Amino acid sequence: MVGKKFAKSAPAATDTSHAQEAARIEITGLTKRFVTPTGEPFTAIRDVTFTVEPGQFCAIVGPTGCGKSTTLGQVSGLERPSAGSVAVGGRPVTGITKGVSFMFQADALFPWKTVLGNVMIGPTLAGMAKKDAIALARDWLRRVGLTGFEDRYPHQLSGGMRKRVAMAAALINEPRILLMDEPFGALDVQTKAIMQTELLGLWEQSRPSVLFITHDLDEAVALSDRVLIMTSGPGSIKESFEIDLPRPRGEVQDIRHEQRFLELQNQIWASLKDEVQRAYARTAGAA
Amino acid sequence: MSTVDASRRSVGVEETEEGIRAATRRARRRHAARMWLGRILLPIILIGGWQVSTATGVVDKFFYGQPSMIWQALVSLFTNGTAFGSIWFNLAVTLKEAVFGFLLGTVGGIIFGLLLGQNRLLSDICSPYIKALNSVPRIILGSIFVVAFGLGTFPKVLLAAVLVFFIVFFNAFQGVREVNQDLVANVRVLGASPLQVARHVTIPSALTWIIASLHTAFGFAIIGALVGEVLGSQAGIGLIIVQAQGHFDPNTVFAAMILMAVITLVAESLLSILEKRVLSWRPPSRTEAQAI
Repeated sequence: MVGKKFAKSAPAATDTSHAQEAARIEITGLTKRFVTPTGEPFTAIRDVTFTVEPGQFCAIVGPTGCGKSTTLGQVSGLERPSAGSVAVGGRPVTGITKGVSFMFQADALFPWKTVLGNVMIGPTLAGMAKKDAIALARDWLRRVGLTGFEDRYPHQLSGGMRKRVAMAAALINEPRILLMDEPFGALDVQTKAIMQTELLGLWEQSRPSVLFITHDLDEAVALSDRVLIMTSGPGSIKESFEIDLPRPRGEVQDIRHEQRFLELQNQIWASLKDEVQRAYARTAGAA
Repeated sequence: MSTVDASRRSVGVEETEEGIRAATRRARRRHAARMWLGRILLPIILIGGWQVSTATGVVDKFFYGQPSMIWQALVSLFTNGTAFGSIWFNLAVTLKEAVFGFLLGTVGGIIFGLLLGQNRLLSDICSPYIKALNSVPRIILGSIFVVAFGLGTFPKVLLAAVLVFFIVFFNAFQGVREVNQDLVANVRVLGASPLQVARHVTIPSALTWIIASLHTAFGFAIIGALVGEVLGSQAGIGLIIVQAQGHFDPNTVFAAMILMAVITLVAESLLSILEKRVLSWRPPSRTEAQAI
């Protein structure tokens, strides 16, 4: 559906390059202000500018409360920028961006739907016939290793299994853009590593552009092509690091011991440390 | 002494898989036996005490009634009927009023709760007035309804509905407010229309709250119907109660009370079945509070 739309607007280009172009995220001078409950204006992010190339895995790392999640909200079209613009595939975002999937820290699963029902929701909302949606959802559950759990409810699953359901639900519509807001933040360390490896495996099959928010630097370096450091209050981009670790990366646990990983990790931490300390000093002062 | 006991047990033969299991079983059986003993003893002591103290004259049975006479009154209600037709007829009248009131109030409460819960501006406009209305002693409305609509079924249905409405309304409203915003964002990103958001997220999520409120709401529907009848009617359990009161007959009042309690219990268990059906996805509750 998305492909067709873009074929109209750019008839000269070939099919694959449409799909690729459609997945570019360009953020220019993005500023977002909120009104606090006391009526004061509050600037969450100021003058954020960066571009995520099609198929790129881009992580944003920054201290707590620096407006990382706000940035994602603008890209999805759930929120409007106060100033600046967001363009996806060359078109400014004015409503809900098509072909985007979201993954949150808390599992945004429907507790009243079965595992199958949860994964089916994407195709169902896109208007797919029920029978086809079931077949597709079964196929995705197989890919994330949850065959046999179709009729369970989310509360009957472990944290890692719920994440897999969320991943299948996010990827089933084959989004061109995947927005992830600390998706593995609440998991224990071992489960987290397994989920990261599985995410990379799934991502490499369809290669959507990914905007991945985390405050775990190791996670950012292990998964991404690029790591953006965000300053805090109001948030803006401080620095950008290219991660030249070869792909496919394989097991996330193993990458962590590679020499190049450690170098990059040290470099980025040097940049991040100041921000974290400044943010901490502020919250400690306020408390 | 108990520590000695415990240590002896732990070194003893029972420290095998089979032994531990047998001990657990014994402890559970002991608990169950004590519980049932207590459950049987409690009413025997209370009702027996009542019977004995009224029979010996410590308490005046003219004012407080007597269990054996309450039983006779109950039997009489079924065998001799009442001044207003058979007891079944009167039960049917009261039940009809309560059920219609319950349905009307529930539907109204759900509709308004969902509307106001989803619309910030609308709820901000209405909230002070709803709070004010809620603090009005609504039972008094019954007097107005009887004056305005006469002695028939309608004023009782209306009173029951008003009582039910506010309970269901506040729960539906809160249920909509408590909806997981991540879920809403998720389906919106997937392209859901406002109607689809309501169908897939808001309504199922609010349903937990709404159904929980129905238990209390049905009790209030019964109260509404009874009070309506007490205030003025031509039939119904409420009328039987006022009439017995006028004849200084506490036994019939108690008998009518027991009848309504039984009806409420039956309705309660039907609602529990509905709750289990609709909310089968919910994790089993970890507290025992629901069992009580």
